Amino acid sequence: MNFQLSDEQLMIRDSVRRFCESDYDFERRRVLQASAEGFSRAHWRTFAELGWLGIALPEAVGGFGGGVVDEAIVMEEFGRALVLEPYLSCVVYAAQAVLAAAGADRARGLLEPMIAGESVLALAHNEKAACGRVAWVETTAIPTADGFELNGDKIQVLGGAGADTLIVSARIAGAAGERAGISLFALDAACAGVSRRAYRLIDGSRVADIALRAVRVGADSQLGAPGAAFAALDFATNRALLALGAEALGGMERALWMTRDYLKTRKQYGVSLNTFQALQHRMADMLVELELTRSMLYQGFAALTQADPEQRRKGASALKVQIGRSGHFVTGNAVQLHGGIGVTDEYIVGHFFKRLTTAGLLFGNTDFHLQQFAEL
Amino acid sequence: MHFEPDPADEIFRQEVRQFIRAHLPQDIARRARRGYHPERPDLERWTRILNQRGWAAPHWPTEYGGTGWSPLRRHIFQEELRAAHAPVIGQAAFELVGPVLYTFGNEQQKALYLPRILNADDFWCQGFSEPGAGSDLAALRTRAVRDGDHYLVNGHKLWTSEGHYADMMFALVRTNTEVKPQAGISFLLIDMRDPGISVRPILTLDEGHSVNEVFIDNVRVPVANLVGEEGKGWGYAKFLLGNERTMSAEVPHTKQDLALLKNIASRELRNGRPLLEDSLFRAKVAQLEIDLLALEFSVLRVLNLPENDPGLLPVASVLKMRGAELRQRVSELSVEALGDYGAAFYPDPEGHAQLAELVPPGPDYASGVVSKFLFRRATTIYGGANEVQRNIIAKSILGL
Repeated sequence: MNFQLSDEQLMIRDSVRRFCESDYDFERRRVLQASAEGFSRAHWRTFAELGWLGIALPEAVGGFGGGVVDEAIVMEEFGRALVLEPYLSCVVYAAQAVLAAAGADRARGLLEPMIAGESVLALAHNEKAACGRVAWVETTAIPTADGFELNGDKIQVLGGAGADTLIVSARIAGAAGERAGISLFALDAACAGVSRRAYRLIDGSRVADIALRAVRVGADSQLGAPGAAFAALDFATNRALLALGAEALGGMERALWMTRDYLKTRKQYGVSLNTFQALQHRMADMLVELELTRSMLYQGFAALTQADPEQRRKGASALKVQIGRSGHFVTGNAVQLHGGIGVTDEYIVGHFFKRLTTAGLLFGNTDFHLQQFAEL
Repeated sequence: MHFEPDPADEIFRQEVRQFIRAHLPQDIARRARRGYHPERPDLERWTRILNQRGWAAPHWPTEYGGTGWSPLRRHIFQEELRAAHAPVIGQAAFELVGPVLYTFGNEQQKALYLPRILNADDFWCQGFSEPGAGSDLAALRTRAVRDGDHYLVNGHKLWTSEGHYADMMFALVRTNTEVKPQAGISFLLIDMRDPGISVRPILTLDEGHSVNEVFIDNVRVPVANLVGEEGKGWGYAKFLLGNERTMSAEVPHTKQDLALLKNIASRELRNGRPLLEDSLFRAKVAQLEIDLLALEFSVLRVLNLPENDPGLLPVASVLKMRGAELRQRVSELSVEALGDYGAAFYPDPEGHAQLAELVPPGPDYASGVVSKFLFRRATTIYGGANEVQRNIIAKSILGL
């Protein structure tokens, strides 16, 4: 193990931070959030030009050969700036699922245009009854003469509103909850029978519920071995949880230091708020939570190197519980210590609370991961 | 001491329940149930219905329109109102300025304003906080300078709830800068329709509009609008905030929120079974119910004890703090109960019309739950932040 960033990784961090500081201040983010798509296509092109969209993907699919840590560096910086672009959903969650399911040769056709910023992917996997269970797929894929017919309902598909290509999980055999029998299908989001209902989450990100009604796809749209996609979905979920953990960490860290600065400037009773020991101790507790979250993120990286998928899953669940609890504590107190200004929508600190609340609910909530950890 | 319930109180509860059932308009209850910020027309209609029955201000002295009910009956009344999803009527008027007026106001002020409050002819807002005066309220700088039979008022008020539709503001203003801060403050009634008043909306985390900032620019206020004596405003404000703290335990409200939470959790499924049957979730609901019971009996203690009882202050001090925390925790668990749809933003179906195309497809009972969760972050900040409440306990009760 080596917990120090390499020179190359420091450069990545600095370059993402520079972009966020120059192009992603809170006022510009507010404008983006209120725009029709809820994010900027121009920013997305910039991400492609700077190589961030392929940073953790192998060269065989047109990526730059980095790993999970490089991706996390980007996400941590994005967390600090509350970036709205669908990086987590497309570059991490969907791309890792495609790669793990299909292998580099088949994945190249989907990932190359994604890395170039020409195509945006979303993984349409989540269903109403899943509540975090990766194997919960009710959507069906029935063989036809020249391919499959898909039927089912996907909910709260991250990045699902703006994606042009959907990676859909559907069952060719077995019952919901069984690991065997799940396949992934790549299809054009504009396919006949696909209807999307877009809405936003409290943090401003755009998602969609996606109904699939007699959607006809060709046999070549199936990615990888038939019915064997669970492992890929499991892997992609772990990668997404790590990326989300890094993003959460970035958000918590910025919220904490912003609050520290506020306490040093805000005066009440003739003194600045930082002189009150009760508030100092609260901030000390916030720092403890922040540091434990960073440790837990590293624990997640370590777990991901394990051969046993149960150990990987357990490590990711531990991280998810940590960001659920610590994220709520740190950003909730950041709002509290700001007082009135903290609960206004026009000030940034409350938006960290919204993002961390959302993070706590995505990919299975804290209770789900607590129970999963206990059972593994 | 005895704990036998009085059968007459139960008869009273039934009477109240029947009245509300017969008279609370369904559309008003529907909107209040969703939990978005109430609009003035609904509050006007409901206040007048209550006023016709003589129940708009049960806690006021009977000579000013109160009912003479015991504290316990007032509590029962509130419970029934919340259980039926009646909107909370003008708190600034009924709970805050009303008692100040009948306690410290002169006969003209009482005769003019109290009936107009009871009939919802006037809506009020509170002009206390300022940009530099939050927890440290005595630092307020809004200035009122005497000029013949008027005060000339200039200043800037913040976090003014319902300021956008209020007719009147009761404000703390500085009338003397030569004395210590608390002694230079007066309590003034300001007409919000004055052209020197401008109101800017402040959207809160729920993206809703209930608070504002109010700019007061060369507003001439008749000296007749001074409440009590000049320079005594701080004492009136402390009296008023004391009332606010008892009220803000919000037990009837939290009870209703908890009932809604259990309703949601019995309809939401986890692993094919009602969420309420999940042992982990069930235990969290139970903990909230237990904490609410402790708070409820704290409220009952406060309501039962005479005002000069030495046991009153310690128990009263926990109400605001614990009540605010409990409201937050119930709203947090309610969001959790919604599953994935707990993260969705739900525009007010009768407001936010421009966002109609982005209405999420969550269950109908989700609407309002998420916005309440976001707005409730303010409960531990307004009316004296919880940190200030702890300071009060440490200083006034523990003598530290």
